[in-house]
Amino acid sequence: MFNSMSYLHLQEYWWFLIGVLAGLFVFMTFVQGGQTLLWTLGKSEEKRDLIVNALGRKWELTFTSLVMFGGALFASFPLFYATSFGGAYYVWMAILFCFIIQAVAYEYRKKPGNVFGERTYEVFLFINGSLGIILVGAALGTLFTGGNFVVNDMHLSHWTKATYGLEALLSFFNVAFGFMLFFLARLLAALYFLNAIDDEEIARRARIVLRYESWIFLLLFLYVAGSILTMKGYAYDPKTFAVHVEALKFWHNLLAMPAVAVTLGVGVVLLLWGLALGIFTQSDKGIWPAGIGTVLTVLALFLLLGYNHTAYYPSLADPQSSLTIQNSSGSRYTLVAMSWVSLLVPVVLGYIVLVWRSMNRTKITVEEVESDHHHY
Amino acid sequence: MHIDPSLVEWSRAQFALTALYHWLFVPLTLGLTFIVAIMETIYVKTGNEWWKKTTRFWMGLLAINFAIGLATGIIMEFEFGTNWSNYSWIVGDIFGAPLAIEGLMAFFMESTFFAVMFFGWDKVSKRMHLLSTWLVAIGSNLSALWILVANGWMQHPVGMRFNPDTARNEMVDFWAVLFNPNAYSKFLHTISGGYVLASLFVISISAWYLLRKRNIQFAKRSIMVAASFGLIVSLFNVTTGDDSARHVAQDQPMKLAAMEGLYQGKSGAEIVTFGILNPSKKVGDKQEPFLVKVAIPDGLSLLSYHRVDAYVPGIRELVYGSKEHGIPSVAEKMKRGKEAVAALTAYKAAKKAGDTAKMEAAKKRFEANSTYLGYGYLKTPLQAVPSVPITFYAFHTMVGLGTWFVLLFIVILYFTMTNTLERHRKWLWAALFSLPLGYVAQESGWITAEVGRQPWAIQDMLPVGMATSNIVTSPVMITFWLFAILFTALLIAEVKIMTTQIKLGPVELKEDSHV
Ligand code: HDD
Ligand code: HEM
Ligand code: HEM
Repeated sequence: MFNSMSYLHLQEYWWFLIGVLAGLFVFMTFVQGGQTLLWTLGKSEEKRDLIVNALGRKWELTFTSLVMFGGALFASFPLFYATSFGGAYYVWMAILFCFIIQAVAYEYRKKPGNVFGERTYEVFLFINGSLGIILVGAALGTLFTGGNFVVNDMHLSHWTKATYGLEALLSFFNVAFGFMLFFLARLLAALYFLNAIDDEEIARRARIVLRYESWIFLLLFLYVAGSILTMKGYAYDPKTFAVHVEALKFWHNLLAMPAVAVTLGVGVVLLLWGLALGIFTQSDKGIWPAGIGTVLTVLALFLLLGYNHTAYYPSLADPQSSLTIQNSSGSRYTLVAMSWVSLLVPVVLGYIVLVWRSMNRTKITVEEVESDHHHY
Repeated sequence: MHIDPSLVEWSRAQFALTALYHWLFVPLTLGLTFIVAIMETIYVKTGNEWWKKTTRFWMGLLAINFAIGLATGIIMEFEFGTNWSNYSWIVGDIFGAPLAIEGLMAFFMESTFFAVMFFGWDKVSKRMHLLSTWLVAIGSNLSALWILVANGWMQHPVGMRFNPDTARNEMVDFWAVLFNPNAYSKFLHTISGGYVLASLFVISISAWYLLRKRNIQFAKRSIMVAASFGLIVSLFNVTTGDDSARHVAQDQPMKLAAMEGLYQGKSGAEIVTFGILNPSKKVGDKQEPFLVKVAIPDGLSLLSYHRVDAYVPGIRELVYGSKEHGIPSVAEKMKRGKEAVAALTAYKAAKKAGDTAKMEAAKKRFEANSTYLGYGYLKTPLQAVPSVPITFYAFHTMVGLGTWFVLLFIVILYFTMTNTLERHRKWLWAALFSLPLGYVAQESGWITAEVGRQPWAIQDMLPVGMATSNIVTSPVMITFWLFAILFTALLIAEVKIMTTQIKLGPVELKEDSHV
């Protein structure tokens, strides 16, 4: 099956998988969104414990999705791994710090003798959910706006700005992208709580969040989507691999790839539907259409970015250094080998879904959290 | 491309710091997941609630450790990109694969079933719960497998070929990478080391309860499980350690020589069981390498090659070469390496100019010398020698402690079987203090493996100086200190929480404790 695929098709297949992983990760950031809603929704200690415990069952999945996203990029597009992580050093390190502090926060927050006190760990959770996600968003934004790097003849890269990636935060688009993800994460979190927690007060407050913040998110989304479809892009010649700037590149990509356009359309509609379920009805199932919609939308954005002879990581310092799925991937042999491995993805998703269902069969209540001596 | 030596030093320091921290937590997870799985199996088999509570107590401690293991682990993966970005490109085609497979096969299994193991007691059936606990144990050990496949490949690169067009190594044989014999001896040795540590953990805490005369029943039963498990795994640990040493002898003779402080090669080389190195000894001079030593004649030859008279090369021969034993000198290898580097540059230039004849010629010249490519980047032959004192002392500390643990498990198990453990308070104290020693052995093992590999990031292929990212030093310095502060703070919190939990003890078991 994979052995007979062309090199380009393998690269496209892997870019597709990266898009799916990115989509799943963005969906799973409802955990981070929930962390920033801790005080908004939880007005008493009991309620906050309930929220932390509802998220506590899922945070490791989000964390592992991020790790997996990194691992998959490393295996399939190592030049991106080297160029972006090694160049935009400060941004990635800042993101990692935001995730390091999350990893201990759940377990240590309530434990006696935790040295820094419950509040500190809650602040960790908040930083992870806000700064962490905004930075991830800004980093994803640079895939559209570009980075300041040069790749030499030996394919070794270096960054040309002493701010090592922090300059990305000067771009309004990147920051808007970050905030868009931040609000999306909060909305998904509100929908998740409706689905997973049995508590009237939290549900009521979650619906208020949905009612107001959906508008902020939509404004940001319209701005980001509008910018993407009207911005210039970096295209490359499939024969010579020379890179040139093309006006309305992503709009052209959308027209050239109807399947991607449909994915994007369906994704956005599902997302809106999920939000509407939470705002206008008493349903607690909004998380599913919104979640699937998120995955599809992010996937479609990635496909717009990497397919159709587009540089998915343009270089502002030297356009010819821009990364494309063709010049930054692993060898054909590695992509084939890893493609066989990728057949495990459905198995992994399968058991995650099964476990999710058996763990969320009944909603979590205050009583349950209080009675379980292993609670967070 | 010019790379600042201080950048290399700081990058190494940062990697060493984060890896040593990560390794404070991982071995306990590797072993304790199995111990709790065994305990839960006893619970499910016997239906005795007492075992359930015991399982849950140790599981609580596992969770505290696990969280910080994740915190320190995420950074390691990304450091390959942030701090070793040239490395990531030059060998990413091979090295990225096991890391990605680790995420897919191991980390998801661990994190998905961890949630069930921890929160699922009343949500899923008993059997499903037990299965989840076992899957966490298997998942964590699978993650060790894949990361050691990656690390084994750095120690003994196989299954790849240098492609002059992309100027990097590309995978040509996935199975060779996967079944690298070096990786398997490392894997077995590493996980058994983790089981030894976890056994020490359970025994040491239980010994503390016995010394305090509390939770007696709980402590004795826990010791019973842990000492039996510990004895078996520590014997296995020593065996696999010996096997690792044999792989080192084959694949990394310089590391072996440094581990043993062997400057002068010989047939029938002795093994030093205890020694103090002569600090002023230099490679090639006439000084004695040791101030004091206790050695077993022929031991090293026997262990490394299974023949008493086998020749083991010393640092001197490995650096300056030996005609008699067919060992080329580093200077010769450097010359060939520089040829390869020059040929590669010529190849690139010819390719740019579109001159196919020159390209062919350059490629031929490159291929004739490409095995020594890595040596082309060394500046002096002595750079090929790792730090002898660090490697030597780390190795001997590990081996000494490994022997001690076997003895400890035998004695503790014997006293437990004869029900005289509480009377032997000295041994209880010894058990208590062996826990930190377990950590020392663990860290020493990695220091042996990684410092002994210097100056190579990939053995004989890629020196560390070529592997770093092309950034200035200050960002790495800044993050080094941030990691040092953050991880130390988190470690303090972890130890404090852990000891508080241990002092609280298995609360629900109190009434059973005088049964
Ligand atoms: C409790 C921990 C522990 C104990 C008691 C031992 N080891 Fe070990 N050893 C490790 C934990 C460890 C480790 C941390 O797991 C290492 C680091 C890298 C690796 O593969 O395993 C290691 C590495 C390591 C290496 C280097 C492998 C390499 O460079 O690739 C050798 C040769 C040995 N060990 C040999 C031994 C011997 C002969 C022991 C006999 C008593 C022993 N170890 C006890
Ligand atoms: C978790 C256990 C580990 C510990 C404690 C550890 C320890 C160390 C130490 C002390 C160094 C610095 C050596 C020096 O500069 O003299 C180092 C370097 C390094 N290690 Fe490890 N290591 C571990 C596992 C691994 C694994 C599994 C890999 C690969 C998959 C790896 C890859 C590297 C790399 C790339 C460097 C930097 C380059 C170099 O100095 O060689 N390490 N490690
Ligand atoms: C340089 C090499 C290493 C890298 C890049 C690395 C990476 C990671 C990452 C990303 C995590 C978090 C996983 C998650 O999200 O679930 C983690 C945890 C873990 N790692 Fe490592 N790791 C390294 C060394 C090792 C070694 C040498 C072993 C075992 C032999 C190991 C075993 C584990 C285990 C069992 C966990 C689970 C958490 C825990 O044990 O507390 N790692 N590692």
